Formats: sequence, structure tokens, C-alpha cells
Amino acid sequence: MSLKHNNIMTKGLVLLGLWLGGIGSSQAEYKLNFQEPVTAVAREIYDLHMLVIWICLGIAAVVFTMMIYSIINHRKSKGAVASDFHESAKVEVAWTIIPFIILIAVAIPATSTLIDIEDTSDSDLTVKVTGMQWKWKYDYGDGVSYISSLNAEHNRARQRNSGIDVTQIKNYLLEVDNELVIPVNKKVRFLVTSDDVIHSFWMPAFGVKKDAIPGYVNETWTRVEKTGIYRGQCAELCGKDHAFMPIVIRVVSDADYKIWFVRKKAEAEIAAAEASADKVWSKAELMAKGEDIYKGKGGCFGCHGIKGEGIATFPKLVGSAVTTGPAAEHMKTVVKGRPGTAMAAYANQLNDLELAAVITYERNAWGNNASIVQPADIKASR
Amino acid sequence: MSSTHGEYYVPQPSHWPLVGSLGLFLVTGGLALALPGNASDPMGNLGIMYTGFAVIILMLFGWFGTVIRESEGGLYNDQVDRSFRMGMSWFIFSEVMFFAAFFGALYYIRTFSEPWLGGAGNNLQTHAWLYPEYTSTWPANGPGNVGGNFRTMEAWGIPAINTLILLSSGVTVTWAHWGLKKANRNQLILGLLGTVVLGFTFVGLQAYEYIEAYHIYNLKLTSGAYGSTFFMLTGFHGLHVTIGAIMLTVVLLRSMKGHFTEEHHFAFEAAAWYWHFVDVVWLGLFIFVYWLV
Amino acid sequence: MSETMTHDAHHEEHPGGIKRWLFTTNHKDIGTLYLWFSFIMFFVAGFMALVIRAELFQPGIQIVDPNFFNMMTTLHGLIMVFGAIMPAFVGLANWQIPMMIGAPDMALPRMNNWSFWILPFAATLLVAPMFMGGNFMAGQGPAFGWTFYEPLSGQYGHLAFFVFAVHLLGFSSIMGSINIIATILNMRAPGMTLMKMPLFVWTWLITAFLLIAVMPVLAGAVTMMLTDKYFGTTFFIAAGGGDPVLFQHVFWFFGHPEVYIMVLPAFGVISQIIPTFARKPLFGYASMVYATASIAFLSFIVWAHHMFTVGMPVAGELYFMYATVMIAVPTGVKVFNWATTMWRGSMTFETPMLWAIGSVFMFTFGGFTGLMLGVAPADFQYHDSYFVVAHFHYTLITGAWYGIIGGVMYWLPKWTGNMYSEKLGKTHFWLTAIAMNLTFFPMHFTGLAGMPRRTADYPLQFTQFNQLSSVGAYIFGFSQLILLYLIIKCIKGGKKATNEVWEGAEGLEWTLPSPAPYHSFNTAPEVK
Ligand code: HEA
Ligand code: HEA
Ligand code: HEC
Ligand code: CUA
Ligand SMILES: [Cu+2]
Repeated sequence: MSLKHNNIMTKGLVLLGLWLGGIGSSQAEYKLNFQEPVTAVAREIYDLHMLVIWICLGIAAVVFTMMIYSIINHRKSKGAVASDFHESAKVEVAWTIIPFIILIAVAIPATSTLIDIEDTSDSDLTVKVTGMQWKWKYDYGDGVSYISSLNAEHNRARQRNSGIDVTQIKNYLLEVDNELVIPVNKKVRFLVTSDDVIHSFWMPAFGVKKDAIPGYVNETWTRVEKTGIYRGQCAELCGKDHAFMPIVIRVVSDADYKIWFVRKKAEAEIAAAEASADKVWSKAELMAKGEDIYKGKGGCFGCHGIKGEGIATFPKLVGSAVTTGPAAEHMKTVVKGRPGTAMAAYANQLNDLELAAVITYERNAWGNNASIVQPADIKASR
Repeated sequence: MSSTHGEYYVPQPSHWPLVGSLGLFLVTGGLALALPGNASDPMGNLGIMYTGFAVIILMLFGWFGTVIRESEGGLYNDQVDRSFRMGMSWFIFSEVMFFAAFFGALYYIRTFSEPWLGGAGNNLQTHAWLYPEYTSTWPANGPGNVGGNFRTMEAWGIPAINTLILLSSGVTVTWAHWGLKKANRNQLILGLLGTVVLGFTFVGLQAYEYIEAYHIYNLKLTSGAYGSTFFMLTGFHGLHVTIGAIMLTVVLLRSMKGHFTEEHHFAFEAAAWYWHFVDVVWLGLFIFVYWLV
Repeated sequence: MSETMTHDAHHEEHPGGIKRWLFTTNHKDIGTLYLWFSFIMFFVAGFMALVIRAELFQPGIQIVDPNFFNMMTTLHGLIMVFGAIMPAFVGLANWQIPMMIGAPDMALPRMNNWSFWILPFAATLLVAPMFMGGNFMAGQGPAFGWTFYEPLSGQYGHLAFFVFAVHLLGFSSIMGSINIIATILNMRAPGMTLMKMPLFVWTWLITAFLLIAVMPVLAGAVTMMLTDKYFGTTFFIAAGGGDPVLFQHVFWFFGHPEVYIMVLPAFGVISQIIPTFARKPLFGYASMVYATASIAFLSFIVWAHHMFTVGMPVAGELYFMYATVMIAVPTGVKVFNWATTMWRGSMTFETPMLWAIGSVFMFTFGGFTGLMLGVAPADFQYHDSYFVVAHFHYTLITGAWYGIIGGVMYWLPKWTGNMYSEKLGKTHFWLTAIAMNLTFFPMHFTGLAGMPRRTADYPLQFTQFNQLSSVGAYIFGFSQLILLYLIIKCIKGGKKATNEVWEGAEGLEWTLPSPAPYHSFNTAPEVK
């Protein structure tokens, strides 16, 4: 080996050393393994994961030692003379059978964990989880149902050229407006589905991941052992803002859960009453509410832009034929969606008041100037 | 191996492949340009696509013309002939796998997704939450009753006749082959003619059946899962029958011009294999699409 | 042009200039075209990876909007797979198979030309939408991942372009594979029985079979996408009785064998290189052949290990887990055979050998993470995280791509007649090897800690590892300029190569002069 070449190798080793050193010295910041498991399933998975790692490292040790030994000792420059054996039924059979046995040893615990994961029976509570571009809807039944999307401040910060230093934001991208709340030590069953494309409901600390398939309902479950706030993200590419649909689950004591639920239910009843009342709203009220929905809960800005200017392939709403034309077509577009495109039906996501507000807003913001829409109109158009 | 190695014919540089690529590019690119952003719009301008088809037809004439001249000029020895045979058999295998994808989709929909939508397997919740009113049956167009109510084709009507037609065309083409092998030109030509006529009759009946399906049974490509699988499977099959029949027509014309010898008639065999393949696919269709509904 | 000349007369004359390349029927010319095409595509897709890594250098969105980012990810994956890796192997096959089996050319030379010349058109269709609609940064190209799952891909406005690009790619691959199979089965020199064939030829024979079996299925999948979007079928739509998951089944029935399509020929190259530089026959030739065949067989029945989280019935998940981990057995056989071939050899470490040994080490590592992914319950944690990204770059780069580069170095003197510069070759290897690990090793950790893949932005705790990855990626990328320089330099000149080139080399290709004559073997050599 030439000197030059040695030099490069040394440099490489130094680099490698620096990198490993860097990891070693700040172990606390770097995460080298799974998040701390807080469910029995996550622990079982963790154990399986470590078992397989150790097996692999063991096999690696054998194979790599043998290779390194021959690389060092059986080189021509050391005067090694090649022998010419090239077959041995005995070894070949051995190294077919031994890995096979090892695999069986892995498959046994894996089987029981898997069966456990898929057993959703006897749950204490069921929450329906619906993925949509790009937010989650949590449905507890009993009228309690709400949408959970990325915290608005984070959402502003993550825009390109937002001018906000995201490293100063706590839990950047992992904060939502409405958390999913579940009781501790209860078997909670999740029914996972989607309204548009495939999403995936992933909570690393629980060892839960289930795809949300439009038109089908998948089941999974968890029983969390520790109260606290847990954070995860959508794990299936679902379009433009896939990186921005976090899942935050607050695990609380049973008593707290009951309090929370009663409060949530009361809120829902008030909102429903307000929306369904045949009250006539003023333009200003609708515009204010509409802006909130456009930039918040509705998530419209995600595709149509914060100023209705349209993003990428998504149409602009400023001066568009629909937003400035007859209200009927506009309502139809938003309430029923445009099948076969990314424009989803909002009939089930927003109530009459919210729909009326956001449509009015689109028709009268950014220089648009068209009719206003009342909740009663929406009701009629459904 | 008793190959005659040094004699293997390596053709001159040729511009036909490039013309073929260009043709494919124009067909696909032209169609892509014409297809609108969503399903409801009509097709746009197809001029580029038609140009592409013209280029491909030109290429086929040019390329096959060259091959036929080379073949009749005695440039192909047995080894070259074997390459062609292998090429054709593996090509047919690839076609089998293409159909397998659609048969697989049919199988999956019938055995899994349709029953799941009706709550089978571990999909009780799917049914309870999304389609409480839906009962899964087959033939089906899903919980959305996509395309509206429809009726299916009766297996023992036209499809059974078509089965008979294809099966007998398999016989006639084999009979023609026997003729060719014992240098009986009349038998060859008559057999081929019969096969071609049967083939086009099949296509005609199939077309008639489609018209019936659309106008009388309200069975359309858009009739949900059943319509999708029915028309895609039978449609691609029909397309292959048409291609096979055209291949056999060319072989027929060449036979009438006195091409082929008792030993050397790869083109005939290629077309015949293809025809048998199309035949077998039809049997699968008849059983799984028409009969066992 | 008279194409019916007798076969003896046409040796001397072939068109020069651009026509030589456009109309060629010569396996070496076509091989060269494939290899350069692949190299260019590697740079294009690599450049896209560098855009990805630049955006991911810090949390927050700095350089490209999320949709554009997704488009980069998608096209990076697609172009690497279909534009770089696969054509590179077909290029190697074109150059080497006729030489290794003692044939004058490929079995179907005109079709060979067609297989290649479809590719640039397919690539055009794939990227054309990027330039539509005027605004490049708005990202009109495909942005749904290289796996193009429905219904996300159905939302894509220019879907038809994508579908037809895939059709054409499939067409090209199928024709290429038919040609390779016909060549191998029909054109071997007398005496070269199947079990005497070099392993590169064997692995390609099996790969070609895989290709013919699965490319049409992919064509079927995209055809269903097309009719779902434009013609109102409902294969993947629940309302009509279909299922989005059906798409995944059809896709992965193609997709899983596809990953072995990308690695088996590399295994073949490695099996050529190691015996040469260990100066010792390959250990366990027969078991290598059987192992390759078993891997190919198993690859058909494990596809749903990419879909453990879609909600299959438990029985299905169990079956796919068992079948998947079984692949470790035949793959292990190959690894053990290579290690044993080196054992008690007389080794030297020229550049091809470095790539081969590097590959055995690092690919095995990627295989181990594959095994971890195959354990279904654990895959619930790994799936769609950066752990998977780490896994497949280890298998693809250090498996497939190392094999390609090893093969290029190994045969380059035979192709050009000149020796390449060992110094440059080794520098390139070490830089690449170090940068590769620097780029992709940290991804295991980000993945385990919970970073999803295909995201343009990430939570703060993943920052440090992502920075390491990005730095590594840039070193990796720019190291490849050395490779480009090395190859051009070697074509231009250098120390003349002998016929045998390598001291320990065995096989028919080394009996030909370097550079190899235009038509490889006009009279068939006798193999004893
Ligand atoms: C060249 C490409 C290549 C290769 C060779 C492999 C090889 C393997 N892969 Fe990988 N894989 C990919 C490319 C590849 N993969 C890609 C591209 C994806 C992602 C696709 C996407 O989603 O975008 C993927 C994803 C992927 C998944 C899905 C992950 C997920 O999305 O959740 C899984 C799951 O099972 C998997 C498993 C395996 C296994 C078991 C092997 C085995 O073949 C490995 C076998 C090898 C060994 C095990 C090492 C050597 C063996 C020994 C030394 C013997 C002794 C060993 C033991 C007994 C342990 N791969
Ligand atoms: C064989 C295939 C292959 C190869 C070789 C590579 C090579 C690389 N890959 Fe890729 N990768 C895939 C196949 C491959 N990848 C696939 C299939 C996916 C999944 C896609 C999906 O999720 O859908 C993926 C996804 C993927 C991701 C995940 C993206 C995401 O999930 O969002 C990342 C992230 O870092 C990445 C990085 C890299 C890097 C840094 C390289 C480096 O090795 C690249 C080296 C760089 C160069 C070679 C550049 C050379 C260029 C220059 C030196 C600049 C000069 C410039 C000009 C001349 C213009 N790849
Ligand atoms: C996932 C992306 C996405 C989101 C989120 C979204 N839209 Fe749309 N929207 C689209 C697309 C795509 C179209 C174009 C549909 C077509 O091609 O017919 C569209 C079209 C429209 C149109 C018709 C525009 C025209 O000129 O044709 C209106 C109005 C509209 N959306 C309103 C809304 C409202 C209100 C919201 C929020 C409550 C919303 N959109 C959220 C993607 C989205
Ligand atoms: Cu939702 Cu990704
Ligand atoms: Cu796989």
C-alpha cells in the first residue's frame, strides 16, 4: 500500500473517530434507539428488536472475523499461497441449517407478540381516528368529535421564508391544537380510517402503527402504563404536507379523563346548537369566523395559499370563477368536494356554520366580492 | 450442443428500432397530453397519438419486411431460429403475467375486498361504520352502487359460442400446421383461412356482446368492481385475439405467396403459439368471469 | 441500406458518427450506451438526493417547498432504480455475457437496440410534467413516492405521463431480458454446460426470468391506475368494491422481486471478482447457483412484508413474516461462500477487489437490518421510518451499486484496452465507503427514534444526525466526480492492458485481446 493511500485512510479514520466521539460525548442528546416504551406491546417489540440485533451482531462477529483474518493473513504480499479447495458438503449443509434454526428461534417470540398486537377484543374505550389531508379527526361517539391539526404557530414557522427560527420552538412540529386524550391503564381501541389518501397512525412510544385506508376501517389498540404527553407523526406519505400532521396523545388518569370528556361533550353540544340554529349572521361575523377556519381547522390555506393565491398544482381562489360566481357551485365544491381530485368533501368535517363562514370568507377576502352564505343555505345544499 | 456457431447471423445496423421507439413515444405522449386532469372531461386532441400509430405501423412493415427478406434469403440457420423461438416463448410468458395481474385483481376483489366491505374477516367495523346497509354479493359494484344496477352476461349464450369458436380455431390452426409439415399447401391455406375467419368472428361476437352489455344490461366499464374486471379482462383478451388474428392473416398471405418450408416456418409457429395462448386465456375468462359468477 | 448481406461481408463496415450509436446492433456499442445512460441518470438522481439532503440539513423549510421535496424524493427513487441501477446491469450484461459464454453477439441484436432506445423516451415522459405549467419550482412532477401508492397518485394531474413512462420502461426491460435469456440458453460455446457458466451469467439468467415475470405485473398495476383515474374503473376505490390495498399487493408483487433484480447481478459480479483476486476457485459454485435460484423463488412469495401495517389478517402477516426471514438462509449461503473463497487464498487488493469485499461487508449489514424489518411486530415500529431508508441504501448502494462499480473496474481494461489508475480507483473507493457510512449509518438512529421518511421537515431532536447524513451525502456525491474522471482518463489512454489483465482471472473473456474485438467470438471457442 502506498504512503499516499495510507494518508487517505488515516484521514478517513480520523473523521470516523470524530463522528463516533461526537456521538459518545453527547449521548444524552442523541437518540440511539427506540423511544422509551410505555406499553407492554412496545416493550415486547423492544425486546424482540434487541434479540434480533444481538443475533445479527453475533453472526456478524463470526463472519467478519473470518474475513478480516484472511484479509490480514492470506494476502499475496505476505507470501500466502492459494490452496484450491472449493467444496465441502459438510460445512455447506451446516451453514444452511444453523441459520434456519436461529430463524425459528426468532419466529417463536415474534409470533406471540404479533398475535397480541392484533388482538383488539375486550377494549374499555373506542376512539375512531380518521386521517385527512393533513389533519386527524378523533371521534369518541356521543357527539364528541374534533379535528386535530398542527399548532398554528408551528404552522407559520414552517413556511418557507417565514423568518422564524424553528429551533427556538419547543416540540417543533409535534404540537397540535386539540390533543387526543385517553385514560391510563385502560385498553383503548383505535378504529383507523381515512377520508382521502392513505395515512398512518403512529405512536412510537406505544408501539402502535396502523395505516388509515380510505373506505376501510382498521383496528389497533393500546394500554398505556404512564400518564403524560406522547408525540408521533403520520407515517405514510400523504401528499404535500405529510410532514405536518402530528399526533399528540395526552394520557391522563381515569378521573381526569371523565372530567375532560364531560367538558368536551358540553362544548360540542353548544357548538352544534349554535350551528344548527337558523340564525342569520352578519357578514363581519362570518368573515371573522371564516378566516379562522380557512387558516386553521379547515386547513384550506394548505392548498389554496394563505392569500388564496394557490400553491403548486392547487388552484388559486382569488378571482376564480367559482369563488366569484354563483354561490351554489361554490357550496357544492366545498361541501361535496371534487371526486378524483385532492379537493375533499368537507360535509363531515365542518358544520353548517363553519362551512357558511369559510365560503363567505373565500367569496369576500383578498379582493373577491361576491354574495355571502348563511348556515341555512348550507343545510339546504347538503 | 450441435450448434453451427460461426454462422450466427448478426444483422446490420438498423434504423427500425429507433423508429419504433419514436412511435411508442408519440402514441403514449400523445395520449397523455389528450387525457385531461380528471375523469369527467372528454378526450382532447388525439392527432399526435394517431401519428404515433402510423409510425409504428410503418416500423412493423419495415422491420418485419426486412426479417422476412432475410429469412427467405436463407440467412437464418437453426440456431437463429432457436433464438426466435425462445424470444417468442418468453414474450408469451410475459403476456401470461400481464393477464395474471388482472386475474389476481379479480381474485382479490372477489375473495377479499368485496366480502370485507360487507363486514367479513376482521372488517366488522368497516361494515358497521361505513356501509351499515351494504350486503356483499358477487357480481358487485360496491357499497356506492357505482354505475347503477346492472345485469351480467349469461355464460351459456354468446360466451359459450365464443368458447366453441376459439377451441375449434385451435384445431384448425393445428391442422394447418400438419399441412405445412407435409408440404400440403392447400391444407395449410385452408386451415389458416378457417382460423382467421373464426378469429374475426369471435371478435365480432365479442363486440356485439359489449353493445348488448352497455345498452341492455347497463353493464359498463364504470360498473364498479365487476364492470372494471369484466371489461378489462375481456377487453385485453379481445385485443389479443385481434392481434393474433392479424398475425395469422399475415402468415396466411405469406403462405399464399409460397413462403415457409416444411422445416423452416418460425413465423407460422409463433403466430400459432400466440393463438393457443389467447385460447387458454379465454378458457380462464370463461370459467372465472362468466361461469362462476 | 441492404440488410440482406451475407454475414461475412459486414464486419468491416458500420456507420460512423451518431448513426453508429442510433442504429447499432452491436452488443458492445449497446452496452456502452446503457452504461453511459445509467451514469448520467445516476448523476441526475444523485443531484436530487443532494437537494433532499440540503433541505434536511436543518429543521424548518429553507430551500424547496414540501411538494417539490416530495417530487425530489420520488424522482430520486424512481430514477435511481429504473434509470441508474437497472440499465447499468443490462449494460454489463451486454458487454460481458457474449464474451463470457463465447458468442459473437447477443441473440437478437436489433431488438437489443430497441430495448435501449426506448429508455431515453421513457425518461422524457417521466420528467416532462416537471417542466409543464411554466413554474418549475411549483413542482408539477410526480410527488407520491417511488411506490406510487393509490389513491395519492390518483390525485396527480399528470398521471398518464407517469403511467406510460412505466409502461415503456417495462417494455424495455422485458425485451432486454428476453434477449439475455435467449443469448444465454442458445449462444453458449460448445462444451459450456449450464453448470460451467460463470456466475455472473447465472445470476443474470435468473434475474432475467424475474424481470419477465414481474415487469408485466407492474404494467398491469399502472394500467389499472390509468383506467381508475381516466376511465371510471374502481380497482382501488372502496365505493366500487375495490381496495387501495389491492394496489399495494400488485405493486409489491413486482416491487419485492425488483429489489433482488437489482442485487442478484451484483452478487454475480462479486462472485467473479473475489476468486480472481484470491487466486482460488469460488467456493461452493453449485450451492451459489442453488442459493440464487432459491432467493429468486422466495422473492415471489414475500411481497407483503412491505405492508405489515395495512391491516392484513393475522394469518397473512404471520405467513409473510416466516417467508421473509427465510431469505436470510440462501443469502447467508452466498456470504459464507464468499468468505470461504477468501480463506486461505492469496489475495491482492486492486480496486475491483476493494469494491467486492466492501460489498460483502456492508451488504451483509444491510441484510441484517432487512431481517429486522422482516420480523413483523418490530416492523410496526420501523415501517416508513428512516430505519427503512437506511436499510435499503445499505442494500442498494453497497449491494447493487458497489457491485456495478466493482464490475466496471474489473472489466474496464478489457473494454478500453487500458489500465485505469489504481491510485484514483482506491481513493474513490475509500472516500465513497467512508462517506456512504457517514450518510446512511445515522439514519438507523433517526429512524429508531421515530423520524418518518418522505418528510421535508423534522422535529428538532433529529437535527444532529441529519446534519451528519447531509455532510456525508455531499462528500459521497462529489467523490463520484473522481469516478467520472477515472473512466474518461482510462478511455483516453493509459498503461496497455494484457489479454488476461488480472493475474488470477479465469474465463473466456480474458482469452480475447484487450480491447475486445468488435464481434466477440467469430469462431466459437471450445470449453473443456
Ligand atoms: C437490493 C435491494 C434489497 C435487498 C437485497 C433487500 C434485502 C432484504 N430486505 Fe429489503 N428493501 C429494499 C431493498 C432491498 N432489500 C428496499 C428498496 C426497500 C424499501 C422499499 C420502499 O418502501 O421504498 C426494502 C424494504 C424492506 C422491508 C419493508 C420495510 C418497511 O417498509 O417496513 C422489509 C421487511 O421485511 C425488507 C426485508 C428484507 C430482507 C429480509 C432482505 C433479505 O434479503 C436480506 C438477507 C440477508 C442477510 C440476512 C444477511 C446475510 C446473511 C447471513 C450472514 C446469514 C445468517 C443470518 C441470519 C440467520 C440472521 N426490506
Ligand atoms: C440504487 C438506488 C439508490 C441510490 C444509489 C441512492 C443514493 C442516495 N440516496 Fe436514495 N433512495 C432510493 C434509492 C437510491 N438512493 C430510493 C428507492 C428511495 C426511496 C424513494 C421514496 O421514498 O419514494 C431513496 C430515498 C432517499 C432518501 C429519503 C428521502 C425521503 O424519505 O424523503 C434520502 C435522504 O437522505 C436519500 C439519499 C440518498 C443519497 C444522499 C444518495 C447518494 O448516494 C447519492 C450520491 C450523489 C451523487 C452521485 C450526486 C453526484 C452529483 C454531483 C457530484 C453534483 C454535480 C451536479 C451536477 C453535474 C448537476 N435517498
Ligand atoms: C388537499 C388539498 C386541498 C385542501 C386542503 C382544500 N382544497 Fe379546495 N381544491 C383543491 C383542488 C386540487 C381543487 C381543484 C379541483 C379540481 O380540479 O376540480 C380545489 C378547488 C377548490 C375550489 C374551486 C376553485 C375553482 O376555481 O375551481 C374551491 C372554492 C375550494 N377548493 C375551496 C376550498 C375550501 C373552502 C377548503 C377548506 C375548507 C379547501 N378548498 C381545502 C385542493 C384542496
Ligand atoms: Cu398523513 Cu402522512
Ligand atoms: Cu421486499
